Amino acid sequence: MGRFVARRVVGMLLVMFAVSVLTFLIFNVIPNGDPADRMAGKNSTPVQIDAIEKEWGFDKSLPVQYATTMEKVFTGDLVSYYTQTNVAEQIRRGIPRTFALAIGAALLWFAMGTALGLYTAIRAGRWSDTLVTVLALIGVSMPVFWLGALASYYLGFKAGLFPNGGYAEIGEEGLWEWVKHMILPWTVLATLFIGVYSRVLRSNVLDTINDDYVRTARAKGLSERRVMIHHVLRNSLIPIVTLWGLDFGAVLGGGAILTETVFDLDGVGQYFAESIGTLDVPPVLAVTLFGAFFIVILNTVVDIVYAALDPRIRLS
Amino acid sequence: MAPNSELLLDVQDLNVSFATEEGIVHAVDEVSLALHAGEVLAVVGESGSGKSVTAMTLMGLTRSPNARFAGSAKLRDLDLVTASDDQLRKVRAEEIAMIFQDPMTSLNPVHRVGRQIVEQIQAHRDVPDGEARDQVVALLERVGIPRARERFDSYPHEFSGGMRQRVMIAMALSCDPAVLIADEPTTALDVTIQAQILEVLKELRTRTNAGIILVTHDLGVVADIADRIAVMYAGRIVEQGSTDEIFYNPQHPYTWGLLGSITRVDRPRPTRLPSIPGMPPSLITRPQGCHFRPRCPHAHDACLAKPELIARVGGESGHTDRCVVTPERKAALRETDGQIGLVAGGVTG
Repeated sequence: MGRFVARRVVGMLLVMFAVSVLTFLIFNVIPNGDPADRMAGKNSTPVQIDAIEKEWGFDKSLPVQYATTMEKVFTGDLVSYYTQTNVAEQIRRGIPRTFALAIGAALLWFAMGTALGLYTAIRAGRWSDTLVTVLALIGVSMPVFWLGALASYYLGFKAGLFPNGGYAEIGEEGLWEWVKHMILPWTVLATLFIGVYSRVLRSNVLDTINDDYVRTARAKGLSERRVMIHHVLRNSLIPIVTLWGLDFGAVLGGGAILTETVFDLDGVGQYFAESIGTLDVPPVLAVTLFGAFFIVILNTVVDIVYAALDPRIRLS
Repeated sequence: MAPNSELLLDVQDLNVSFATEEGIVHAVDEVSLALHAGEVLAVVGESGSGKSVTAMTLMGLTRSPNARFAGSAKLRDLDLVTASDDQLRKVRAEEIAMIFQDPMTSLNPVHRVGRQIVEQIQAHRDVPDGEARDQVVALLERVGIPRARERFDSYPHEFSGGMRQRVMIAMALSCDPAVLIADEPTTALDVTIQAQILEVLKELRTRTNAGIILVTHDLGVVADIADRIAVMYAGRIVEQGSTDEIFYNPQHPYTWGLLGSITRVDRPRPTRLPSIPGMPPSLITRPQGCHFRPRCPHAHDACLAKPELIARVGGESGHTDRCVVTPERKAALRETDGQIGLVAGGVTG
């Protein structure tokens, strides 16, 4: 276990290093104007621009520029080329919004995906299975920006059931307001995943149900419910948990860009999207590292959980 | 077998068929069996003869939307064919338990072996965890698993095939069932382990008064454990009798063939192991009359009518068979076929 953790930590550092270098290089190739000029603003003097160039190392070679930028990432001094706001502060502001969206939606899609997957597998071939299958297909096919816009317009703006986007702080506006603001984003983000997860689980269950040990479980005189949950679902869920961990990591790291933007949650993902729009290298770099961190961490967690769920798998 | 011992299982004219895309598969056709307490009944036949489907049907494990059943299979007073799912669930493991062919896949890989047996005990009896654990350890010791208390917490993949089959036997025994069905319990194991598992089963029949149905394709396996043998072919029982009767006075040409394909150390070794020529028939389009007719060297016109399973040889042993040839003629044919059974293509003595 110790060796496993050590290897994973080293691997994570290497991945983050590679991600930061690549992001940095990509934005160096894309024409986006002189960064010092952009940072100094419209009414700047050559002296100001010079000072910024010196501070950020823009007059030096590329590796030096990378090093100074990364130093600022870790000291929290990184500022946007475009708005001159502190990047770390912006991300810190976005984290509760992004986490609220990610955790709520991930729980929702895991629960619904599992329930619908198990239901359709038990009802395989009947009309209710077909109905849910069609709904799942529709769910998978609807783009988030479209579904989100429709939900926001009809349920929010027109019907007035939900607020028209935005985020409510629990501390300021109370739990109920917060929930009301999150219901649509959670549902819209989860819809796609529910479709995928229910289909994957359905086929896993249908594979498992014919396994010999399920026949043994029946021969033991267990109730059908216990056979389904303790033997069939327990084994069918293992690949789903893996999938869930990876998707959850991506959303936690700001991957739900469309949902955050459509509902104006102003989380990390939306910050990322805006920064890309203005070719603002520091926030893009920082959010990319932020996202990579969660993906790598969740990958490790998934491996540990996988080994815990399936005793045939051993870490190392 | 003690005479007049309790009749545990009474199967009458059991028919099982499955609707498939190719047509209706008649897997079990008019099978009648009886099993008494303390008796070992071997059901012998090649793959696809319906022996496993018969066994599974007794456990209710063949129930599915495309399966059709007829006849009855009474376990004491309960008809296993018409029992509700709930009734069936209650007798499974408690009254009738099963050991499966492939121990490698019959245990759930993600649960500890001991827990899997405890689960069965607690499904039927209100036993606290600690007590159930002690019971399971005792069972594991009884079937010959060393260091049972430690092995309780092992996972199936940490056991060899033979050890897993012992776990399956311990599981089957855990609720003291009256009937134990062993469906090819040794087929997936190598020969030395086979012998050990058979020893466990033999020991078990002497210690408990359970009736055992041993399903196998290997007559060699049943010779010294079975009291009675039922030979199945293409869904039907073609011959049934005491082990001695089947081995020393076989009446059905198919049984002759089966006996002929056992390797025997007391006879000169043939260059090739004798086999029955031809293939078993399709269970969708079965031959008219006797199912063995197309492969039988002694078939004649009378074989086009369906033969009944009746006593044709004398004696009160209950020896029945489905071959219309008279016993005298059979005796003569057996002589000319030689003691090894049917003369198979390519066999030179």
